[in-house]
Amino acid sequence: MSNKFIGQSIKRVEDKRFITGKGRYTDDIKLPGMLHAHFVRSPYAHARVVSIDTAEALAIPGVVAVYTGDDVAAINGVPCGWQVNFRNGETMREPKHPMLIATGDTAKHAGDPVAVVIAETKEIAIDAAEAVLVEWDELPAIASPADALKDGAPLVHSQFPDNKAFDWSFGNPVEEVDAAIEASAHVTTLEFVNQRVVPNAMEPRAYIGHYDAVADKYTLYTSTQNPHLIRLLMCAFVLGIPEHRVRVVGPDVGGGFGSKIYHYTEEALVTWASKQLELPVKWTSDRSEAFLLDAHGRDHVTKAEMGFDADGNIMGLRIKTIANMGAYLSTFAPAVPTYLHGTLLQGLYTTPKINIDMTCVFTHTVAVDAYRGAGRPEATYLLERIIELAAHEMGKDPAQLRFQNFIPPFDGVTQPGYQTQVALQYDSGNYAPVLQKGLDLLGYDDFRQAQKQAANSNKLLGVGFSTYVEACGIAPSAVVGALGARAGLYESAQVRVQPTGKVSVFTGSHSHGQGHETTFVQVVADKLGIAMEDVELVHGDSDTVAFGMGTYGSRSLAVGGSAIMKSIDKVLEKGAKIAAHKLECAEGDLEYGEGKWTVKGTDKSIGFGDVALTAYVPHVYPAGLEPGLDFSSFYDPANFTYPFGCHIAVVEVDKETGKVDLKRMIAVDDVGNIINPMIVEGQIHGGLAQGIGQALFEGTIYDENAQLTNGSYMDYVMPRADDLPMFETANQITPCPHNPLGVKGAGEAGAIGSTPAVVNAVLDALWSGGHNDVKDILMPLTSERVWRAMNN
Amino acid sequence: MITYPFQYKRADSVADAVAMLGEGGKALSGGHSLIPSMKLRLNAPDTLVDVGRIAELKTITVDGNDLVIGAGATHGQIASSSVVKQHVPMFAEGAAHIGDPSVRNRGTIGGSLAHADPSADWPAMVLAADATIVVQGANGSRSIAASDFFTGLFSTALEDDELITAIRVSSQADAKMTYQKFAQPASRYALVGCAVVKSADGSVRVAFSGVSDTPFRDSAAESQLNGGASSANAASGQSIMSDHFATEEYRRHLANVYLKRALAAVA
Repeated sequence: MSNKFIGQSIKRVEDKRFITGKGRYTDDIKLPGMLHAHFVRSPYAHARVVSIDTAEALAIPGVVAVYTGDDVAAINGVPCGWQVNFRNGETMREPKHPMLIATGDTAKHAGDPVAVVIAETKEIAIDAAEAVLVEWDELPAIASPADALKDGAPLVHSQFPDNKAFDWSFGNPVEEVDAAIEASAHVTTLEFVNQRVVPNAMEPRAYIGHYDAVADKYTLYTSTQNPHLIRLLMCAFVLGIPEHRVRVVGPDVGGGFGSKIYHYTEEALVTWASKQLELPVKWTSDRSEAFLLDAHGRDHVTKAEMGFDADGNIMGLRIKTIANMGAYLSTFAPAVPTYLHGTLLQGLYTTPKINIDMTCVFTHTVAVDAYRGAGRPEATYLLERIIELAAHEMGKDPAQLRFQNFIPPFDGVTQPGYQTQVALQYDSGNYAPVLQKGLDLLGYDDFRQAQKQAANSNKLLGVGFSTYVEACGIAPSAVVGALGARAGLYESAQVRVQPTGKVSVFTGSHSHGQGHETTFVQVVADKLGIAMEDVELVHGDSDTVAFGMGTYGSRSLAVGGSAIMKSIDKVLEKGAKIAAHKLECAEGDLEYGEGKWTVKGTDKSIGFGDVALTAYVPHVYPAGLEPGLDFSSFYDPANFTYPFGCHIAVVEVDKETGKVDLKRMIAVDDVGNIINPMIVEGQIHGGLAQGIGQALFEGTIYDENAQLTNGSYMDYVMPRADDLPMFETANQITPCPHNPLGVKGAGEAGAIGSTPAVVNAVLDALWSGGHNDVKDILMPLTSERVWRAMNN
Repeated sequence: MITYPFQYKRADSVADAVAMLGEGGKALSGGHSLIPSMKLRLNAPDTLVDVGRIAELKTITVDGNDLVIGAGATHGQIASSSVVKQHVPMFAEGAAHIGDPSVRNRGTIGGSLAHADPSADWPAMVLAADATIVVQGANGSRSIAASDFFTGLFSTALEDDELITAIRVSSQADAKMTYQKFAQPASRYALVGCAVVKSADGSVRVAFSGVSDTPFRDSAAESQLNGGASSANAASGQSIMSDHFATEEYRRHLANVYLKRALAAVA
């Protein structure tokens, strides 16, 4: 099999339409008779709806309907897709998340909708929404997860008297971890906050519900990462409409970072309303709504303790964390702080005893769910901050302390995978060389010299390390099912060879910027030995793609790509039967390559196109073989995949102002085999920008009334190109041993590794300036926070 | 979001614009502050009078000893103007650090001054340069000293029916001058913007944007410096703003750091 395309930085075929403004996003779709929805939302984080008067709005010309919570009260709320019960066995508390808040009920976060206006134009809908008169009874509210557990805290759901959604423990028995820490020669304690961030996809969420009364069929156009999952959740759990009467289409999607995995109330509402009105209904979020309502990420308050023996070997890790769920449980929310976070606390270290104690709480804020990395950035932040602090406290070199505690190499083929203390078995890993490569790129010894000289100048220099391992390619269905998932996490693929030998590939993965139309086609073209132009990728439409679980968790190539590989194998297997018949030889005498079957040792061959044509025009054909060349497959992975890497940040800190200037960002990532190096590098770059964004710039700010006070780009700091240095990236390749492409996943690595590297670098700079007692600075590391750390 | 409905009128001359403003309406120039606030429905003028295509407002000329910048000159135009660089170089330097290229190519000096955002860059610069704001109303033209122009948060000495036509500033080619800005990281407005002009005779003028809710000439610092001191306390006696990015204490500290840096730049 030739590798003409795999491993090549082929330019993205989808970019022609994207960069010429010809992408087709949901908001670009205009259907005949289409109406526009605009929501009336709670201005308060917590308030009872005393009354709603829609008469004035209904009287405005062009207004077609106004629905309130009372109109949809009998309809189910949007469901949660993952159940994590209390450690005492009590069932997870799962409040109803209604499409609209009914009269007498309470809005539970700012922006919770109470009514929707549907009108002939968007302008009319917006004006009429202002004419809906809502009488509110404002109630006290909380935004911080720590506040949720305080005595007398306002309750988010009155039926849950302590604001807890569930609690959870994981790892070794806590007594064993207590004993290990007790026996340690040195214990490093770090209390910190992993702050809440806003996903900020470039394309805001947008939906069109379209009920066709003649066909008795619904179509939902949605800006989503997983159309089939939305169909399943909406049909089976919310609207109770038969799945085969619903088509869900995800056209081009302009980013998601997790926030477009989930099933949102507006999606169900426009679908339901289109049935009431028998006309298409569109809703497009504006940027203010996106800040307020797209599921946020992170939001942990943590105390971590790591024990070391006298030689610096890690003895134990004990963690207590409170995680914010927001007001309602979003689709994957319970999994993020638990099975995507607690299970990663082994890191790359041989820590023998680990225990995490997690309390997940409700607050009067929008839901928190998976955001690029989803739990693994939080785990990496914890581990990499505490080991760096431990090195500082023990007077050890932070790189050497890591080398000393790394898990030894294992390839997962000749050596078994690594069994962690927190349930997972790593597939393959070789950690020391990525750190060494990072140190070489940095020029570590020279850096420390420069740092000493800088200590006497106006700018302090600092370096920060982060070595990470993460779990991608989610996930083995049986494993996640045992852990509370209400869905399987396999993927489906169909490879349809057309009679002329052109190939249509249908995948349940759904690109929202990752470049699947290029990467997946590179794989298929190479495996079949045909031109990339002869392969088309079809995704994002539940009527054309049999089934799909979608794109998140860096899973598309590892899981979706593996499903495609299974179908390709079936195509080639059947093709060989046809070829053997045509060439009058045994199948075993054939070899496939360069787009043709050749009788070994001869120049007798038949091309892929001829075999395809024969399959559809089966005049001379093997007896008993079905016509056609079209195969579907489902692939359920044997394990997660475990990419790893080393990120190193170099910063300069202005002693007078506290301003941090990121000078260098080095990323050495091992994401397994690489299909398109340019796309992988692009994914790493984007991830780095987001991880750096969390460290230095981003973060929600809620006031005492749980109002988001920085919900615009004038106040919420997104990283910009001029905030970032030229990234220095490199790869190591340790193939995944358990999937056919040997790939692990690259979508989230940048955001997972970089954040602690940047924060560690700032602390290192401060330590070099004699501020040795500074243990933590709250993210984002604003100039004022850094200045205060130097001047308190 | 979408603005409330409004009337749009385009003025072809200053006289035309003044007549239209007299009938009620708000002047639209680059629109980089006004339009976003209208889209958020925080601002809802009935009528917009577009002054953005009045050619006579876009010129940058030298009149005797004065540099005269048309109110419709964009930040980008000022940043790259050779006469500005020659006569009041701080204006070109400061303009080059406003927003980003698309803001600089649309936003105008007159629009920025009329809007009077306390964190905008122009106020500190026109105050320290001792510029004059030339305005035209129904009753004719008048000149307002920059030090009399800013009257409070987003408020100025400009009457509703008046239009800024030009910024007049005496040539200061023999002075040393600088505008030093610590940018708010999201908006890139000035968290602290410090403009310092040191005349050939050694006297110093100091002004700040971003520090107080009204941009101000720092007369306390000026009298210390002009009395012979080599350093001065910034913003003495001023009420200092506080926000997500800088508390009062930190902002005052930054004002001192930036005054020190600005003074070093003109030393």
